[in-house]
Amino acid sequence: MELNSLVRKGEYEWEIPKRGDMRVPGRIFASRRLIEEMDDKVREQISNVASLPGIQKASLAMPDAHWGYGFPIGGVGAFDPEEGGVICMGGIGFDISCGVRTLRTGLSVEEVKPRIDELAEALFRKVPAGLGSRGKLHLSMSEIDDVLRGGAVWAVEQGYGYQEDLEYIEEKGRMPGAKPENVSSTAKKRQLHEVGTLGSGNHYLEVQYVSEVYDAEAARTYGIDKGSVVISVHCGSRALGHQIGMDYIKELYKAAKKYGIPIKDRELACAPIKSPEGERYFSAVAAGINCALANRQVIAHLVREVFQEVMPEAKVEMLYDISHNTCKVEEHRVDGVRKTLYVHRKGSTRALGPGRNEVPRAYRKVGQPVLIGGTMGTCSFILRGTEEGLEKAFGSACHGAGRAKSRRQAKRTYRGERIIQELRRKGIVIKAHSYAGVAEEAPGAYKDVVEVVNAVHSAGLARKVVQLKPLACIKG
Amino acid sequence: MEYETFDHEADVGIRGYGRTLEEAFENAAKAMFSVMVDLRRVRPLKEFHVVAEAPDTETLLVEWLNQLLALAHLEGYLFADFSVKISEDGTRLEGYARGEPVDRHRHEIAVEVKGATYAMLEVGKEGGRYRAQCVVDV
Repeated sequence: MELNSLVRKGEYEWEIPKRGDMRVPGRIFASRRLIEEMDDKVREQISNVASLPGIQKASLAMPDAHWGYGFPIGGVGAFDPEEGGVICMGGIGFDISCGVRTLRTGLSVEEVKPRIDELAEALFRKVPAGLGSRGKLHLSMSEIDDVLRGGAVWAVEQGYGYQEDLEYIEEKGRMPGAKPENVSSTAKKRQLHEVGTLGSGNHYLEVQYVSEVYDAEAARTYGIDKGSVVISVHCGSRALGHQIGMDYIKELYKAAKKYGIPIKDRELACAPIKSPEGERYFSAVAAGINCALANRQVIAHLVREVFQEVMPEAKVEMLYDISHNTCKVEEHRVDGVRKTLYVHRKGSTRALGPGRNEVPRAYRKVGQPVLIGGTMGTCSFILRGTEEGLEKAFGSACHGAGRAKSRRQAKRTYRGERIIQELRRKGIVIKAHSYAGVAEEAPGAYKDVVEVVNAVHSAGLARKVVQLKPLACIKG
Repeated sequence: MEYETFDHEADVGIRGYGRTLEEAFENAAKAMFSVMVDLRRVRPLKEFHVVAEAPDTETLLVEWLNQLLALAHLEGYLFADFSVKISEDGTRLEGYARGEPVDRHRHEIAVEVKGATYAMLEVGKEGGRYRAQCVVDV
């Protein structure tokens, strides 16, 4: 991206000045190098989002931002329904509520390392992954409605996990406002056998250990320490979420025309929050979020079963569960006034600071855990939300490393088998259903997660707590 | 080349060419399934019927592709061969998709396409042949 089109507001903060029909400025949080590497399309997309009705403060992009659909991936936009604010498909995407759940095990890296092959094999067998895989749950259409209304709460009621898990999930495991009647029967049918499956693409399940501690107090609060082994699960609402996207992109495209919302990009198909179309879409997204929460809850249960068999001395507990592709109703201060806003986070993560009611009681003093997935074989991070982040970015942070090479480039550059061997030499076990999939997700295909996380930390959006390194990775 | 894929930062673009609009739509579907699987490995064992409607020809392409994805997923199939008929005004389509059930070992599937999108969506004619393209989310 051309630096001369931006106004530098701080070492890690860059403004796209308001021009043309932009209602607010754009703002990118990133280091100079990340900005230079960023595609010019990101600036165009941030500016387009800034022109949508009812947008508040600024159209934002995180350090890992890249070219997305309408919104950049790594984009954040908050809209006020009282000012004609919209709900926008591009700000949520196809993989509704794709997210990361991290579980503590109570075990140390020394205890797990000698057993890692056995553990990885057991996880690979237990957790269904990859295209065409089916879950262990086979639901009826009415049971799917219960999933869409109940989210992780439904899963716990069915015996998948414990009541106390729910405290550590956004919205306590159940997104309010979900209306299964606004989700098509095609979407539901596609999910009947998919609850509790990992999926493919960039989704994974990793066994990780704490390799570095930056904030000892916060780490203690989150129940981890140097050498602690955790499990991270990255997946979303599966086919149901994709189908909601397919169904509503058409409807919102028509709605934008009907309400005379000038959209510069068809991908910004949207409807006023306070319109029948907007309300219907929001209730379908809420159902999609519940589907993802139930999915991760069932997978966590499968992980617990594996540990019960392989290492029964483990105590598998929830650390936290975050979502990336969402629209959530939150209170934020805008120019000194408290407002209820619809915050879209596309490929970015909620990162609420200390004191917020949404943060679990046990973590409220230090802020919400922000789980950042790296790429296979590199590292991941846990950060904590800050007050500064609430002011600057509606309490948001990056969601991962962001791609540097396209899938086609990656497939041409890397060989899945070789990557698995190379990582093996580094002591990391990869279990995958597809070599081609591994090549597309090669570590070199992504931006440097360390640089992205450092930019989030330095910009004050969230603060580093620990670094995690992988021991084993299960891929679709 | 009847169809091809092209780079998009996070995902993949798909493009079909044809002497007619119908052929371009058929080849765009091939391009999309080629993202998931080597089409030479997919035998046309069973045929499925698809009907799609949209406000314009461009969104009709996305609708066609998304219906194919939903159908493939519901039936547990992969498709590699298509035929379509498009109405005069370009807003209605009737088509067939042929393929076989997913075989995880023989098909070596790379990724799952989540949906066809409006990004870089273009349907048009250039140099005497039709072209239909968009980006698919993977």
